[in-house]
Amino acid sequence: MRSPHRRIGRHSLIATAALALAAVAGCGGGSSTTGSAPAPGSTGFTPPKIEALKSLGQGEGQVNLVAWAGYAEDGSNDPKVDWVHPFEEATGCKVNTKTAGTSDEMFNLMKTGEYDAVSASGDASLRLIASGTVAPVNTDLIPNYKDVFEGLKLKPWNSVNGVAYGVPHGRGANLLMWRTDKVTTPPDSWGVVFDPASPYKGHVTAYDSPIYIADAALYLMSAKPELGIKDPYALDDKQLQAAVDLLKQQKANVGEYWSDYTKAVQSFKSGDTVVGTTWQVIANLTEAEKAPVQVTLPKEGSTGWSDTWMVAAKAQHPNCAYKWMDWIISPKANAQVAEWFGEAPSNAKACDETSDKTFCDTYHAQDEAYFSKVHYWTTPIAQCLDGRTDVKCTDYSEWTRAWTEIKG
Amino acid sequence: MTAGAAMGDAQATGLRRGVAAFLHRHARVRLSLLLSAPLAWLGLAYLGSLAALFVTAFWSTDTFTGDLVKVFTWANFHDLVSGDVYRTVALRSVGVAAAVTVIDLVIAFPMAFAMAKLASPRAQRWLVILVLTPLWASYLLKAYAWRVLLSSDGILGWGYGLTATIATLSYLWLPYMILPIYAGLERLPNALLDASGDLGARGWRTFRTVVWPLTFPAVVAGSIFTFSLSLGDYITVKIVGGKSQLIGNVVYDNIGAANNLPFAAAVATVPVVIMLVYLAAVRRTGALENL
Repeated sequence: MRSPHRRIGRHSLIATAALALAAVAGCGGGSSTTGSAPAPGSTGFTPPKIEALKSLGQGEGQVNLVAWAGYAEDGSNDPKVDWVHPFEEATGCKVNTKTAGTSDEMFNLMKTGEYDAVSASGDASLRLIASGTVAPVNTDLIPNYKDVFEGLKLKPWNSVNGVAYGVPHGRGANLLMWRTDKVTTPPDSWGVVFDPASPYKGHVTAYDSPIYIADAALYLMSAKPELGIKDPYALDDKQLQAAVDLLKQQKANVGEYWSDYTKAVQSFKSGDTVVGTTWQVIANLTEAEKAPVQVTLPKEGSTGWSDTWMVAAKAQHPNCAYKWMDWIISPKANAQVAEWFGEAPSNAKACDETSDKTFCDTYHAQDEAYFSKVHYWTTPIAQCLDGRTDVKCTDYSEWTRAWTEIKG
Repeated sequence: MTAGAAMGDAQATGLRRGVAAFLHRHARVRLSLLLSAPLAWLGLAYLGSLAALFVTAFWSTDTFTGDLVKVFTWANFHDLVSGDVYRTVALRSVGVAAAVTVIDLVIAFPMAFAMAKLASPRAQRWLVILVLTPLWASYLLKAYAWRVLLSSDGILGWGYGLTATIATLSYLWLPYMILPIYAGLERLPNALLDASGDLGARGWRTFRTVVWPLTFPAVVAGSIFTFSLSLGDYITVKIVGGKSQLIGNVVYDNIGAANNLPFAAAVATVPVVIMLVYLAAVRRTGALENL
């Protein structure tokens, strides 16, 4: 609480300083683990050596999960939405879920060592692997893995050097949405949100996160090929600066940045926003509110997300964790979670289990051509993810500062 | 059996008496026992967390593994001072906080005066309840309600931005300004107003020479609430701020998105310093002594 002090005397300031010094002395001698980044290999880094589970044993009676909201529903939000209780009945593993709001919260929760599995997005998964927090996954022990779309297996964000570090949960693309009554010619390029002479000045929207810099980089890949951007998550100083300049120029036309989807839905509904980046679930909700909107995957492709269930290196309940990973990608549960959350399922057979039979078409679940144009969120790191070794790339902390600078 | 229980009771009573007698004789021990819990709270939880913040600001993070690197460095403060953007954001935040404080003061003072001096005792109670009612609703709910009001097809239709942020924050923190001023005005004897009138002073002069000086400490108390609450806010500006950002957002982005706790801590010292300057300035006026 920032309640008013009656008197800020010198004594209290001295006490603060003394405490500060004591804290320095107390912590300074302690662990100063620099967490030295491993030497860059062909894919950027070499992960710590951790063995995958060899064989599946008896369940341990419970499993502790870190999950995105909506990924482990037990009927408490909607009695009809429940794939946790059936799992508990089938396996005898009681599920304890800790919901996390951001990738960083997930990362920090997993580092406590108290959890067995996590639904990590691409902007956390590599860090979890590199820090030795998660173990490789023996996919032979997960029968449903064989039905997962090939386009999701052994990808840079869920594997290292051909070793799987998790099972794919689902995916989605960041799309371009516009109001059909305000934007008369249907756009097919991200250029419409980056055009300095935009006719929609003050009504453009963008995603309020440093990761949005990748959207600018993606556009520059085709708009300014001379910059040589190969991967929107591997930007050297010059390329980052180009993306930052583009976003600063875009800011003049931006009405607002959005970070939660209710805000985005409301803004498109009221017409404050007429064009900008969005998610499929937002488009569906806005249409349900009777607003005339349409979405497209622009010709440049787009950014997107692909989440992965990973198992902790020091899991106390590894057998139950494996059983959960198999359950969550089983056709029925995978269909349920995909429909509840609004994303494409990872299991090909899930499309037969959805309650809305057109669901997989709406979310392009089986459309590999569609997803081949999607660059999934990945943590930008100093070792260039596109394989360049002659330059140092900008990491996520630099992106964050750049984002602050862009917003000004 | 019963004899043993009775003896146990007697022993317990004796112990209690002994402790009571000991505490009675030793005033200092009594005092320290009384104060230890609140002091532990103030010292460890309150000042301790501030100290931890300050210390963290001199560390850095390994950006890939997310581990804290506990080696002393000035780098965070260097970045903070050398980046133009942080100065702009800090000044903007101070401007927003000052505007909110002034707006709240202008609205709250007549309101509080009417409540304290003009309303009947029965109406007074109801007015206090009315002022407090918005505090029963969730902060987020109110901010989103303003978002709807301000949207281009809303009742106000101002659109989003800094003005919208100031309006929303002024609404949110208004009760924190009204209540201290109301309490201050209630303590002001009506006889003083009458005396001022009897001596020939008109309304404005009475306000300027009697009411204002005597309620100034209460105004300061209210302004500390509205100023500090606005200075640290980052949610309202996310909801109605359009594309602008305040100090709170910079802190939040560095913790939430970048996991760069040390830099966030360095940024977070800025509002602490601003509040210290503000309190020091207030102290000079002598208002704190009269609270």
